[in-house]
Formats: sequence, C-alpha cells, structure tokens
Amino acid sequence: MNKISAAFKAAFPLTVPVMLGYLFLGIAFGVLLSQSGYPPVWAIGMSCFIFAGSMQFVCVDLLLSPFSLAGTALMTLMVNARHSFYAISMLDRYKGKPSKPYLIFGLTDETYSVLCSAKTPKGVDENLFYFFVTALDQLYWITGSVIGAVAGGLLPFDSEGIDFVMTALFTVIFVEQWEDGGGRIPAAAGVGLTLLCLIIFGRERFLIPAMVLILIVLAVLKKPLEEKERGRAA
Amino acid sequence: MTTAQALITLVTVAVVTLALRAWPFLLFPENKKTPDLLQYLGRVLPYAIMGMLVVYCLRDTEFSQLTGWLPGLASVAFVAVVHRLRHSLPLSLIGGTALYMVLIRVM
Repeated sequence: MNKISAAFKAAFPLTVPVMLGYLFLGIAFGVLLSQSGYPPVWAIGMSCFIFAGSMQFVCVDLLLSPFSLAGTALMTLMVNARHSFYAISMLDRYKGKPSKPYLIFGLTDETYSVLCSAKTPKGVDENLFYFFVTALDQLYWITGSVIGAVAGGLLPFDSEGIDFVMTALFTVIFVEQWEDGGGRIPAAAGVGLTLLCLIIFGRERFLIPAMVLILIVLAVLKKPLEEKERGRAA
Repeated sequence: MTTAQALITLVTVAVVTLALRAWPFLLFPENKKTPDLLQYLGRVLPYAIMGMLVVYCLRDTEFSQLTGWLPGLASVAFVAVVHRLRHSLPLSLIGGTALYMVLIRVM
C-alpha cells in the first residue's frame, strides 16, 4: 500500500499540466462528437480504446465522411506515426515493467513528454510511477470527453485558446532539457530539421519527412555525440 | 455512414494507433539486447522530439498578417524566457496560456 501511495504522490504533480490540457481538449472533443450526432457512449469508448488526442479529432471528420477502410488506416498512419518515435525512445525504459502493455497503449504525446523528462524519485517503484502517470493522463482525457459529450453545449465560458497549455508544456520541457545540457545538438536538430521540413513540405505533410530526417541526422551524428556523452560522464 | 461502418472505422483507428505504438517493442523484445543504435536513439531522441513537438504545435503560424504569428510565437517566447528565469511550472504554463488567450482576443 505504501509503495502504491508513494508512486501516486510522485506521479500526480507531474500530470497536473496534462490535466489542464486534457480536460479542455477532451471537452472540446466531446462537444464536437456529440454535435456530429454521436451519443456520449461513443466519446467514452473512443477515449478508452483509442486514446490519441489529435487523432480522435480527425475521427470526427472520418465519421462524417464516406466510409473508407484504407483511407482511415492511411490517415491514422500519417497522424500517429510520431508515436512510433516515442516507442523507440522508450524501448529500454519500459523494459521489465509489469504494466508495459498498458504503458505502450497509453503512449500519447503528453504522457511521453512527462515520462521522457521525469526522473523517478529515489525509493519510488518505477513501474507504478510510470503506470500512474499514464493512467492519470487517460483518466483526465476520458473525464474531459464525458463532460464535453454530456454537457458541452452548456459550458458557460469561452475557452478558445486554452489548448495552448500543451504547447506551453512542450516548451517548458524543451527549456528544461536544454538547461540540463545533455542534448543541445539533438534539441537544436529537432527544431531546425522540423522547421526545414515545414517550409519544404507544408503544414499538411511535414511531420513524417521531419521524423525520417531527424533519425538520419542523429544516426549520422552517433559517433561524435556519444563521444560528447562520454566526456560529460567523465 | 452506418453504425457498423462507424464502428469499423473506429476499430481501425484504434488498431493502427496501437500498432504504431507497439511495433518497436515487438521487433526488439526484452530477451534480446536492444541494438546499440536504438539505445543511443533512446537517449538522444527525447531532446529532438520535444523540439519537433513545439514546432508541430506552431505549424499553423502564418506571416501574412500579424494575427497569424504574433499570439503563438510571442506566447512561446514568453514561456521560454519566464521558465528560464523563474523555473516555475505553474507560472510558465498559466502565464503563457493566459497571454495566448488574451492575444487571440484583442488582436
């Protein structure tokens, strides 16, 4: 019991920014889906079994378009390919964790950004810590979807722009990673190469070329960057 | 779209999404040593990905008019500067989001 509450106490504060973002994004998603004529149970089902923020918004479009299995699969592939990126970078960290199947299922942008920059506090069970971060995030997302689907139209205030909290969270993590100094070249490469691809390929299709380019450039830089790592460790 | 077609659409999305998250783990199972290159990528990718995500969030930036770029870029700059100076997560997140919400309304 102690182990569980210690892990929960370590995980919860880290998920608060995600709570803000997911509640509001989830509400927005729930409202959109219910306005498309789907009852709340569909929003809940999607948030339980798909659990992918931006893709669920795309789903609303898909549900309103003519049925196409191949089109749906391809669209999901394009929108969510970045999740494979997260998986590659979590290969070693998720190793040996009993909750690994759920951690993999719940690897969203936000959960990834919290976990990739979090250090598990001393004495805290890492498996439970990772599990709570992932599960709390999904709980916020489901809660938001339900509120939006059930009561969305009744929300009393204008929340346009609140989703910027996610951009702010990614920026904060970027700054913290920059300050820890361990990966300024990869960080700069991530920004620079993505910008380059955005300019070349346009906002609809830049993300996949950007990921491929980042992988290639980082692979090419393996030797010098690993030498730098060793220099820091020494 | 019929209800059955809607269900098939959503199951497809769920399966493809899970497959995208899971294939690296299936390809490199625990009993095998993770290849050196992937171990290295696991260490450096988080830095690159966070930069990529910030750009991704700002992808709709447009320079043809002030309202197309100022709210987003100014708020990100605000978050970065304030976080470097104060290192307060609530201040950076709430301040940056509030600034963004004000800017898109007053401009």
